Amino acid sequence: MADSTPATSYDVVIIGGGPGGYNAAIRAGQLGLKVACVDKGIDGGGTLGGTCLNVGCMPSKALLHASEFYDAAANHFAELGIEVGQPKLNLTQMMAQKAVSVAQLTKGIEFLFKKNKVDWLKGKGRITGPGQVEVTGPDGAVTQVAAKDIVIATGSLPSGLPGVDVDNKRIVDSTGALSLPEVPKSLVVIGAGIIGLELGSVWRRLGAQVTVIEFLDRISPGMDAEVAKTFQRSLTKQGMTFKLSSKVTGAKASKTGVKLTVEPVGGGAAETVEADYVLLAIGRRPYTDGLGLESVGITPDKRGFIETDHWKTSAKGVWAIGDVTHGPMLAHKAEDEAVACIEAIAGKAGHVNYGIIPSVVYTSPEVAWVGKTEEELKAEGRAYKTGKFPFTANSRAKINHETEGFVKVLADATTDEVLGAHLIGPSVSEMVGEYCVAMEFRAASEDVARTCHPHPTRSEALRQAAMGVEGWTMQA
Amino acid sequence: MADIMTPALGESVTEATVAKWTKKAGDAVRKDEILVELETDKVSLEVAAPSDGVLAEINAEEGATVEPGAVLGKISEGAAAAAPAAKPAPEPAKAEAKAPEPKAEAPKPAPAPAAKAAAAPIAAPSAQRVAAENNLDVAKIVGTGKDGRITKGDALAALEARGAAPPPAPAPAGPREVHEREERVRMTRLRQTIARRLKEAQNSAAMLTTFNEVDMSAVMALRNQYKDVFEKTHGVKLGFMSFFVRAVTHALKMVPEVNAEIDGQDIIYKNHYDISVAVGTERGLVTPVVRDADTMTLAGVEKAIGALGKKARDGQLALEDLQGGTFTISNGGVYGSLMSTPILNAPQSGILGMHKIQERPMAIGGQVVIRPMMYLALSYDHRVVDGQGAVTFLVHVKEAIEEPQRLLLDL
Repeated sequence: MADSTPATSYDVVIIGGGPGGYNAAIRAGQLGLKVACVDKGIDGGGTLGGTCLNVGCMPSKALLHASEFYDAAANHFAELGIEVGQPKLNLTQMMAQKAVSVAQLTKGIEFLFKKNKVDWLKGKGRITGPGQVEVTGPDGAVTQVAAKDIVIATGSLPSGLPGVDVDNKRIVDSTGALSLPEVPKSLVVIGAGIIGLELGSVWRRLGAQVTVIEFLDRISPGMDAEVAKTFQRSLTKQGMTFKLSSKVTGAKASKTGVKLTVEPVGGGAAETVEADYVLLAIGRRPYTDGLGLESVGITPDKRGFIETDHWKTSAKGVWAIGDVTHGPMLAHKAEDEAVACIEAIAGKAGHVNYGIIPSVVYTSPEVAWVGKTEEELKAEGRAYKTGKFPFTANSRAKINHETEGFVKVLADATTDEVLGAHLIGPSVSEMVGEYCVAMEFRAASEDVARTCHPHPTRSEALRQAAMGVEGWTMQA
Repeated sequence: MADIMTPALGESVTEATVAKWTKKAGDAVRKDEILVELETDKVSLEVAAPSDGVLAEINAEEGATVEPGAVLGKISEGAAAAAPAAKPAPEPAKAEAKAPEPKAEAPKPAPAPAAKAAAAPIAAPSAQRVAAENNLDVAKIVGTGKDGRITKGDALAALEARGAAPPPAPAPAGPREVHEREERVRMTRLRQTIARRLKEAQNSAAMLTTFNEVDMSAVMALRNQYKDVFEKTHGVKLGFMSFFVRAVTHALKMVPEVNAEIDGQDIIYKNHYDISVAVGTERGLVTPVVRDADTMTLAGVEKAIGALGKKARDGQLALEDLQGGTFTISNGGVYGSLMSTPILNAPQSGILGMHKIQERPMAIGGQVVIRPMMYLALSYDHRVVDGQGAVTFLVHVKEAIEEPQRLLLDL
């Protein structure tokens, strides 16, 4: 009977239910469009939310939060006058609480879909032609839906590295590293990017010896170099070991561990590095496997990205947002694009300010930044002024024994417009948004400097750094 | 939204007064329609609409002082209030019954955007500080921030556009009290400009004056002999001015530094001879320019001076008529002056003063004879003109007037 019903017709069908896809679906529902979101769940797991909610941002933050407390209990409570003895790790419970939170969040999206009249088509989506999407359900049943507009929001997958085969037993990707069955005695992280450093931090806090191997001569490419240097020093102090300018050319996994072959990038003798577990975190690649792009004439570029012009692909009525397109692979970038793309489809003026997409590393200390780095401004030949304020001079940070890091503000030498803000320190992930707003409104550093900030808070450092641009920092 | 900008006002003219708006905010305007009249130091200018639309706001009210590039007002484009004129007339027979209809069809003059644009702009805290400290009118700053907000950069740019911050007025202890039998009258813009420019010339040039006298007998005889036929032929009276213009251009070619000007550390020699001729008007003295005077016939010079004088008296001089002179001739003689030291017309380096023709006993060939004499004065900038050059120049003018046939022979 179902076979004979004509294909359901939608205004918009979104393929992918991650931060790009689910936000697009909600916005479409808000604007009164008839919308469906196709998602099978990560690895067919049947939950919405994509990588971010299921195996990315959210579970990693759950472990970062919990492990930070563990670390504090083990190493810092005593100095505050709290004696708990050596805390005992219950990894099973830590993983369970993570799973509960994640489940609540994915259910939350289901609720938001209902609230905004979004149809969730459970299954894998494939474009079969202009305005045609085929959905293969978990039971193998295939249905066809028609759509005036199709939005591709299929996200990304961890990139592989030749010679290092991820088995998610001993050699794991970011997904596997969220669910290790035990705390490794030793963990090697390949790639000193955000994911590697966050997950490396989790296991280091829980007791692992962590070594990070990075191809480049610095950690966290894209981060302001001064911040990156401070960041590396801090992580090293915590016990993380770095092997920079090194490449992993082979990995041999056994039942009990992994033997890696590591060579200096500049040439030289290879060495063998052994570890209980290896986390491969060298980046992510766009996920368009089996998406049927060829049916509408879309050819991804060499690195697999879908080219877009204001989220329009080369195929009429097909749009793309998030990690499958160029730009930073960040949930909030996808979310912004989702809103703008749907508004464009609805005939509104969707807009994304790509110059003001913040980046955050949720380690301890945290690192957060928005806008241009000093290196970028120098390359552009733009005259800029710098204001800097250390958390050692911030009263709240001092009281909390969290004085690592600083705030650095970069502003145009002539107009004083804020061009970038670079934060490393306690809770800076929650503070960078202030500079996002300031920059969106093209504020001058003086605007921040002349805005009242609550005392005592770490956010005062934002203001003091802004004052520093014009040389009137008052508390340092 | 299109800005109505204050146009370039010409060399050495840095500001203008808004004299009159011909439209008010909310009026429909068409491209090139005259919207506002400006008065500068010397002339009146008309500013036309840059595009069709509705006059959304007036930023510079009548009486306001504006600088080149300043925004006078704004036109919200596309608000096609100007359209009704283009509507074809309804058929005559139905005209009466249908009369209101074309009006109803005409697009509305979109009052909403105009009203929005007129609302006070939002300025960032830093921009407010810059404006407050420098007496900038926030309402006159064009905002480039989100939704037209004024950023610190906008305020700084406006400050720079206004020019090196206005000297924080060395507060002249307020205007002095006006006593009985006194009257306080505001200087006209022209008067203010004359005052300022004369003082500027005195402050910058190393100015001094050399004198000579000229026997006008020959020129007067020539004029008496030919004035009727000259006027009949050329339709213009033969005056003395043309002889002096001719004599001066000739002398300038011999002493080029008198036709030069100082620019920083350089001297600019000008190989064109554009003579500013001082003309008295009701509003004050103006100096329109006779261009390429060296290439003109005497009749041509007389015609040119006549035309410029008429324009000056009628207040019709355009800015171009006043700009670019390389040397000035001033004739105080028309008012009876016997001798004076004229002040340079900066940045020129020389000015010739003509004076009253007065019969005086002269010693000529051992005899005392009565001759119609005129004192000549040449004020010059000693920075660029040496005494020798100045005297040579003036003697050459004298000789050409005393023996006008020299002009004929190019001597």
